[in-house]
Amino acid sequence: MSDLLLLVPFVAVIFLNLLPKRARGAALWIAFGVLVLEVAAAFAERFATIEVSAFAALERVFPFHLATDGLAGLLMLCAGLVGMAALLVARKTFEDADDRFFFSNLVLVALVGINGIAMVRDLFSLYVFVEVTAVATFILITARRMAGNEGDHAFEGAWKYILLSVIASVLMLTAVGFLLLSTGEITLAAAKEALATQDPLAWIAMGLFLCGLFVKGALVPFHGWLADAYTAAPAPVSVFMAGIVTKASGIFALLRIAQSTLGGAAPGREILLVVGAVTIVVGAFLALTQTNMKRMLAYSSVSQMGYIVLALGGDLGIGILAAGFHFFNHAISKSQLFANAAAIEKELGTLDMDEMGGIGSRMPVTAGTTAVATLSIAGLPPLAGFWSKLLIVLALWNAGEYAFAAVAILVSLVTLAYFLSLQRRVFFGKPLEKWAKVHETAPGLLVPAVALALVTIALGIGFPFVLKVLLGGGA
Amino acid sequence: MIWFTLLLVLLVLAALWASMATALLRAMLGLALTSALLAVVMFAMGATLAAVLELSVCAGLISVVMVSVTSLTQPRSLKEAVAARRSRLRRLWPLPLVLIAAGVALSFVRVPVDIVFRLPAGDGDVRTVLWSMRQLDLFGQILILLAGVFGVLVLFRKEAK
Amino acid sequence: MTIEIPTSFWLYFTFFALLFLDGIWCMLATRNLVRVLIGIEILMKSVTFFLIAAGYLSGRMALAQALVITVIVIEVVVVVVIAGVILGFFRKHDSLDVGNARDMKG
Repeated sequence: MSDLLLLVPFVAVIFLNLLPKRARGAALWIAFGVLVLEVAAAFAERFATIEVSAFAALERVFPFHLATDGLAGLLMLCAGLVGMAALLVARKTFEDADDRFFFSNLVLVALVGINGIAMVRDLFSLYVFVEVTAVATFILITARRMAGNEGDHAFEGAWKYILLSVIASVLMLTAVGFLLLSTGEITLAAAKEALATQDPLAWIAMGLFLCGLFVKGALVPFHGWLADAYTAAPAPVSVFMAGIVTKASGIFALLRIAQSTLGGAAPGREILLVVGAVTIVVGAFLALTQTNMKRMLAYSSVSQMGYIVLALGGDLGIGILAAGFHFFNHAISKSQLFANAAAIEKELGTLDMDEMGGIGSRMPVTAGTTAVATLSIAGLPPLAGFWSKLLIVLALWNAGEYAFAAVAILVSLVTLAYFLSLQRRVFFGKPLEKWAKVHETAPGLLVPAVALALVTIALGIGFPFVLKVLLGGGA
Repeated sequence: MIWFTLLLVLLVLAALWASMATALLRAMLGLALTSALLAVVMFAMGATLAAVLELSVCAGLISVVMVSVTSLTQPRSLKEAVAARRSRLRRLWPLPLVLIAAGVALSFVRVPVDIVFRLPAGDGDVRTVLWSMRQLDLFGQILILLAGVFGVLVLFRKEAK
Repeated sequence: MTIEIPTSFWLYFTFFALLFLDGIWCMLATRNLVRVLIGIEILMKSVTFFLIAAGYLSGRMALAQALVITVIVIEVVVVVVIAGVILGFFRKHDSLDVGNARDMKG
């Protein structure tokens, strides 16, 4: 069954390329269909006790060593939802049919990469799938030749990302080499045993691998590439990157390693606490100073990634749940915000917030959904983000890390501050002269924003129920 | 053992040439030479299959790719090239010294941990390992080649607009 | 003539470190995009070397070779894609000097 998650999008890509030129218009919807299957699979995993003989036969032909569990299901769910949003945004922002076709294909390739990341049980295969996702993303960022001025920066955004990504890959491979020297194997289980025996080689290996993941996940001090990459990329690519790629490549692997290998061991926890806290603070303060909407959202992402890492440094029992939930909330809300940014960019032609003003009355749906997402990320009840922030603070409190819990709460206020600043500059007040003719964007771009906002609200209000299900079913 | 160390020194020298050469084509030649020497090192250590791949793919294919990119991106201004050459030397001349210093410094460090050959031997044949244990990696290779194909299709297409 | 292979980990690590340093310096000390690509390549070579050395010293040469084979394939694709990105830059700015791209702020 887990093999299918890798094979289905792959086969879909082959299929898309065998279609005659005239039928290529359907590519986006076929990719959308695959993503719907992805979301379904994320839920099906929990009930996957059905042994179908066909699946067993498949396993014999493709004997991949994959593990699906709750954590994998989480990533797949996020990937599916974010991918769908990205495709819907692409439908309305890429005018060239070729661009849409290649976008759909590359999203599917990246999806296989992400599914691989979700399911692998060994460090080298993790590297391989991280690279697959990274290469697909490199192409996505630079592929489109836009006539507008944002397109000129596509190269610079991609370039920094490429350079740091390559260095991260080299660090991860060196870590694999050290692990090989330590235990002769490269599985996560072997790493866990080696760490338990206090082998210095294993510690070096894990340290190097974590550094590589910090770079991929844009944690401080390796966050330099993120703002340029997110801002310069075309709108649907930003949605996809912010929603899932950075998280899957860096943060998810951290979740997996924290759960299976580090297991709350002391030096690992302290590193996560410090890196998390610094990232939260630096990201938030950098976000405060931005005038470009996408850039502010990018630094906000950096800050929120810090929250996820911070949760892993707390009491691991609650910490994993908190981190996972915040992961999901951020994937939903940030993708939605970038979809909103896409709408604003399309209708106004600029992302400079100083030039905007009062378009709330002209674009009410965009304004409303932006409000929902920003308040959720800032942690306001009864939205979903409030619950995940609460869980994070609880995880820290339980572990006795009162100082870090305080940092988490205080920076929430800064988060609220910069988001309110965004709202004020973009939406509030009377519309400026030049925006008098602006109207709400096409329904095609509103659908992802509204859908994701509704998920945020529903999850927030219904959270106690969700928690019961999660704890009852086992994480 | 002295021959092998000499080989490694040559490897570093070739890499140094690749970084410091003033003419871009010479730098690429240096890179191809580095790959070739690495292949020899790998062959000497018993990694025959990997050595062959390194030689054919890295020393061969990648050199072709890089030379094609250079020919497609001939810089226009000669003045720009000459000016770049001068500032380049200024930025790069410390490199050999740094490498020698690093090499010497590192050679004085004594590693307390016994790392060599302490694991029970026994591995198997590369082909068996690759085809029966690392199929996931093979699938990953296919995937990344697919991504590469899209990369070529998207990034190298003719300017239509 | 049979070459005797040293068994000192530190020797291998030293040469890996030298190659790594060379690659990083090459990447950073240049404004020409193609030279940055050469630096990236040198980095990948250094890590390939380290993986083979690790395989040799741990007796897992078959596994190390399998890993290196995959790494080489990935390396090739990454080089081709980066070359494509460079080509895109050249087509837009008609130069390979990265100084022409420094207009993003913040």
